[in-house]
Amino acid sequence: MKKKIVFHLSTALFFSLVATLAKAQTVDDAVMMSKKQWCNGLTYMHSSWREYWEGTSKRENKNLGVVSTQSVMLMSNYGVSDKLNVIVTVPYVWTHASAGTLHGLKGFQDIDLDLKYEFFSKKIGKGTLSLIAVGSFSTPLTNYENDFMPMSIGLGSTNLTGRLTVDYQSGIFFATLSSAYSWRSDVTIDRTSYYTDEIHYTNKVDMPNQLNSNLLFGIRKTNLTVQAVVMNMYTFGGFDIRKNDMPFVSNQMNMTSLGGHVKYFIPFVPNLELIGGADFVIDVPQLRISGRNMGQSSTYTAGLYYVLSMKKSKK
Amino acid sequence: MKNIFISFSVLVGLMMTATGCQKDVSNRTSNLPALQTGNTDPNAGSWKLVLMSRPDSFAVAAPVATTSPLYIADLFEIKALQQNITKDQANTIKYWAAGGMLRWNEIMRGLVAKYNLPPVQNPDGTYPIPNANNPLAYPLFPFSNPPYAARAYSYVSAAQYDALVACWFYKAKYNRPAPYVVADTVVSAKFINKTDLPSYPSEASVMAGVTAEMMKLLFPGEIANIEALLQQQELATIMSGAATRADITAGEALGRQVAELFITRARGDNAGKAVGTPTDWSNFITIQTNQGLTPWFSLETPKRPPMLPLFYKVKGFLLDSATVVSLRPDPPPAVGSDQMNKDVAEVSGYVNNPTRDNLHIVQYWADGVGTYTPPGHWNAIAAEDFIKQNYSEVRWARNLALLNMTLMDAAIVCWDIKYHFFNPRPSQVDPSIKTLTGVPNFPAYVSGHSVFSGSASTILGYLIPANAAKYTAMASEAAMSRLVGGIHYRTDCEVGISVGNNVGSHAILRAQNDGAN
Repeated sequence: MKKKIVFHLSTALFFSLVATLAKAQTVDDAVMMSKKQWCNGLTYMHSSWREYWEGTSKRENKNLGVVSTQSVMLMSNYGVSDKLNVIVTVPYVWTHASAGTLHGLKGFQDIDLDLKYEFFSKKIGKGTLSLIAVGSFSTPLTNYENDFMPMSIGLGSTNLTGRLTVDYQSGIFFATLSSAYSWRSDVTIDRTSYYTDEIHYTNKVDMPNQLNSNLLFGIRKTNLTVQAVVMNMYTFGGFDIRKNDMPFVSNQMNMTSLGGHVKYFIPFVPNLELIGGADFVIDVPQLRISGRNMGQSSTYTAGLYYVLSMKKSKK
Repeated sequence: MKNIFISFSVLVGLMMTATGCQKDVSNRTSNLPALQTGNTDPNAGSWKLVLMSRPDSFAVAAPVATTSPLYIADLFEIKALQQNITKDQANTIKYWAAGGMLRWNEIMRGLVAKYNLPPVQNPDGTYPIPNANNPLAYPLFPFSNPPYAARAYSYVSAAQYDALVACWFYKAKYNRPAPYVVADTVVSAKFINKTDLPSYPSEASVMAGVTAEMMKLLFPGEIANIEALLQQQELATIMSGAATRADITAGEALGRQVAELFITRARGDNAGKAVGTPTDWSNFITIQTNQGLTPWFSLETPKRPPMLPLFYKVKGFLLDSATVVSLRPDPPPAVGSDQMNKDVAEVSGYVNNPTRDNLHIVQYWADGVGTYTPPGHWNAIAAEDFIKQNYSEVRWARNLALLNMTLMDAAIVCWDIKYHFFNPRPSQVDPSIKTLTGVPNFPAYVSGHSVFSGSASTILGYLIPANAAKYTAMASEAAMSRLVGGIHYRTDCEVGISVGNNVGSHAILRAQNDGAN
């Protein structure tokens, strides 16, 4: 029987000013679980920033110091078929500021359900081209406080995301381009009024939609993946944090990051995979690559995945 | 498999459409019906004024006869305007028709929120001070923090009230009916409810004139926007058939004149000196230290000078300075005393494991940076209840003036207590206390939210007795939100409510005797 590679989470948390979007990113790669294989994992993430963009202007804040977001995420990925995977992730998130008086918050953030479908796979040239579509639904698991940024654990919106992934692998080398558009629901805050670029007399906040894009490339073998990762998050609308104002859920949050991720199946321990990664939000004003209304975070992830085969041991 | 994919795509598409449709956030007061005045308060011209000595201190010339060519020309102006009302114009008429006092109050809250941002420190660690003579240079003027805001709301409301009392005086004196009454074949009432209130001078333009002048004093960077709103309200009023051009012109002039009286007072009420000097700031510390007490210090980095420490010297509308001092409570528990240790431990207990309900009330009442402040919050509470009362515009003005004069005096009394006792915040006494909202940059005792809320709930409970219990409960929740948020001791909140109630009682004395009951 052919052993198929299985997987997992890469990382990529979008570590904003808020600790938003602690999302599993198995959804953004081109690797499929085979039928009746079930992968379960646990990932720890540490993301922190000292400088952030207030609108487009970068600053630090001595009353926050370093703001860190940590999370532990449970992930479960089941192969309904070789072409269709179902993925569920549940993160527990906590925040901390190293200076000033603001208290961190903690709690379960947003559950994310994904259907990942490989609808095209064909040998082209020396390699294989795959096209994958992912539909995702995420919603807060708890009624967490979303209006205490940057200490909130999430933004509180319910999101529907459509993703398209193109992957080409030739030998051990591969490249993946993946883009996801998220429709974000209004959110409710505890206040009855708020100011964006005008006053609003309501507790509902219109959340601008978002595009998340990734480029992954590197080597991918049966037991090892090493990849460089470029990520971009772009928000269609929203407003800028004013000078010395607090951040808000509907800010325009943009960022670009560079990083590297590794996934490795440990020899001698069958079906156990280790993952690790590091991602850094970059600021290259010369190329007009800067963040907006987010922290310039450095994020480190480490995780452990275990693959079970649900097939009967005969066959 | 193909089927699965197709149905999946369809499902995702449907869900996306569903969320797309939800994106329709509108304000609670966006689609209000036109003001339906129960009682037009025809005798409001005799109500007790705040600053004006007589309702006819400023002369308003008698209107021309409704048979004169000038009046007829005015009617035809309205007729022409009413023939081509666009959808946007209709919306503007409806917006103002819900109540001019309501709308100006909402606009005012928006200005306060816009300007409620503390300046960023200079590179050398000092803080720049906003300059009224150069409002658009950073730091923008004003920094509309709670005391600034309390005073601003109060001046606007008090001036609106005096101006509308004068307006009602002349309405009764000249008794010229609205255009839709005089010439109902030429002019109709568009998107408004007809009343038998005389239209000369127009109450809409009186409030536009007086409010615009007051706002320009308080938010000098907004002059163009404010004048545009004045023009908008006046045109909407003419288009609605409620007033002629002459009604509007006379009213606006009256409003602007009344404002001058308040502006002169504002320039001399000591608010301009409330920032204090470095000597003032260090004196507070010396006074505490000499008594063997622990002085307050700023928890910001770099340390920011205390917020408007001399605001207690501002001249209020209701209380004289002796009364302000007489409302001072007993001192707070001293740092290090058993009582203070107990108080600190209680705060610590609340912040370490906050419940979601507590987080909710902390944020609901936070009213911090970038918001319309606690006085603005009580304006919002009041306004949304006043909408249901079918008040006339002049009664709206009277009740908002009572509320806002109360809140300004509450700020003065509270600042007197804060800087008299100069008591540290919980996070200063116990640095392990991390807070669930920003720590305001002024001393703890007594809680500003509590004094504001105690005073506002008292006067509002008098004005709408059916809601008194609700206001008391809200005030109590607002006060406790500061305890569970970790920025105040219980004593600050409980004493603050009681001080606020005392301020509110003084306001009730005025309300009982202003002729409006």
